[in-house]
Amino acid sequence: MTLFTLYAIGGVGLFAMGLFSFVAVAHLLRKILALNVMGAGVFMVLIAIAHPERAATQATGVDPVPHALVLTGIVVAVSATALALALTCRYHAETGRATLPEDGPGNEGSGR
Amino acid sequence: MNTPFAGLWAVLLVGLPLLLAVGAYVAGRRIRPILVWIVPLVMAGMVTGLIHGLIDQGPLHYEIGGWTPPLGITWHIDGLATAMLAVTVLVMGAVCAYAPSYFAGSIKTASAEKTKLFWPLTYLLWAALNALFLSADVFNLYVTLELLTLGSVVLIVLAGTTDSVAAALRYLVLGLMASLFYLMGVALLYASYGTLDMATLGGQLQQDPLTWTAASLMIVGLLIKTALFPMHFWLPPAHAGAPAPVSALLSALVVKASFYLVLRLWFDLFRPVAPAPAAQFLGALGACAVLWGAIQALRADRLKTLIAYSTVAQLGYLFLLFPLSSAPAVAKTAWLGVILFALSHALAKAAMFLAAGRIQQLAHEDRLDRLTGIGQCAPLALSATALAGVSLIGLPPTGGFAGKWMLLVAGVESGQWWWALVVVMGGLLTAGYLFRFWAIAIAASEHPSQRAPVNWRMELPPFMLGVAAVLIVFLATHVAQLLEIGAAFPIGGSGEVAP
Repeated sequence: MTLFTLYAIGGVGLFAMGLFSFVAVAHLLRKILALNVMGAGVFMVLIAIAHPERAATQATGVDPVPHALVLTGIVVAVSATALALALTCRYHAETGRATLPEDGPGNEGSGR
Repeated sequence: MNTPFAGLWAVLLVGLPLLLAVGAYVAGRRIRPILVWIVPLVMAGMVTGLIHGLIDQGPLHYEIGGWTPPLGITWHIDGLATAMLAVTVLVMGAVCAYAPSYFAGSIKTASAEKTKLFWPLTYLLWAALNALFLSADVFNLYVTLELLTLGSVVLIVLAGTTDSVAAALRYLVLGLMASLFYLMGVALLYASYGTLDMATLGGQLQQDPLTWTAASLMIVGLLIKTALFPMHFWLPPAHAGAPAPVSALLSALVVKASFYLVLRLWFDLFRPVAPAPAAQFLGALGACAVLWGAIQALRADRLKTLIAYSTVAQLGYLFLLFPLSSAPAVAKTAWLGVILFALSHALAKAAMFLAAGRIQQLAHEDRLDRLTGIGQCAPLALSATALAGVSLIGLPPTGGFAGKWMLLVAGVESGQWWWALVVVMGGLLTAGYLFRFWAIAIAASEHPSQRAPVNWRMELPPFMLGVAAVLIVFLATHVAQLLEIGAAFPIGGSGEVAP
């Protein structure tokens, strides 16, 4: 098993874990964290793709394009997370709940 | 890049709204008249210029900054992209003319604060939509999708109610999850083929598990954003809870944008490698959406909820394209029909939501049982819903009729009569829920004296959109000619028709 496959499998694993917890957990903060874990999984896969053994472009060394994608992706993820957190704060301030209406009981930190 | 001008128009179509989004935030009220009246006209002029360039020169590839792929990002300008740009200008123009009056007369206070944010966000949304329609790079498309989601979410919250915050949050987290699906697909595609450019990817795709996984991830992500049944549940609260001009933008344009991407990916990339059942499955989901959305619309107790569920149903029609286009003989008919349907739905649904906003303001609420006789107060707004509704139902002569007719023809001619049956059933159900509203609206009112003077700024834009949704049928041949420029249609007819 090369370093490339290890990273790629790790990335897919993170993505799957994030997805599971996004679906399974009702608490909004944990949903937002789960999204960030999913995002980290995608970024890991992209970084693995850039590995010299695997580089899709024929140039020697590390493929820079996936790195550029990850940087852009991080910017998008940061702004999206900020917006989600701001909305969650406002929702919590207005309702005192940290779960969306149909998702489960309003008590803090309840899993499922 | 064969004409400098067409490329320039394309760049300005994205750049100008983006600049104005910043300008609107900084300058506030001072540039408001420019935003409301002048910019939509300028944008319309540029889209016209682009269409002329397209008719003269055929489809264009524009390399931004002169960088060529694989490093640079390209824009692809063809008939479908310009048709979407054109319908965006029409809807945006109507919304820009309508919004100042809506926010000024809105019941809730703090409307000044709201208007302050409405303009930058609307222009950001416009820039994101135009960039999405023009991009031909799968990663660039991801960025535009995210811009679109973030802009839409904040616009929904402008309604100021707790319900709208909840709806926006649900939309946001689901939208982000969908984007990550899409991004994972992009990563896998890049891993296999080493390029993000759709034109380069197009010819290379192989039938292997990695490509299938990438394709499924990307399509599923986009289906969530398009609110295809059964992933539609976020849409009705979000679209019904938003302020009326925002609902119009979301229902008419934002969901169409992600459908446009499904269309692009399917016909430019995935169709040759997709297994046949995939198309049938998408069609089946579409059929379920048509029926389920209509049933929920029949049961809705609020006008805007009714219109939002109608969007769920009408989006279902768009997905009938995938099974219908698998029969080569009728593929082109189905393709043109669905796009014509999508364009006229955008116009009609924007008209519906804008008119509903006016009705809601007059009645101070939009519970259907409180709207008895509201037609007497707002005859022009009600006429707008009538024109738009006729197109939604698909009665001749309207754009909706032309689209549905072509779908019916495609269904019958390819022997897939069950899809044709769905089209007919959906039309009947649409008539059912719309007549439910109209019957209430034109019923004799208890207090007939409350007739308000016509508010032209709020009633003329939806009326004109309704007229446009009808008139599009008379332009159908021209629209079809435009759509065929550079269309990904080698089968069933000549791919590129000389205008």
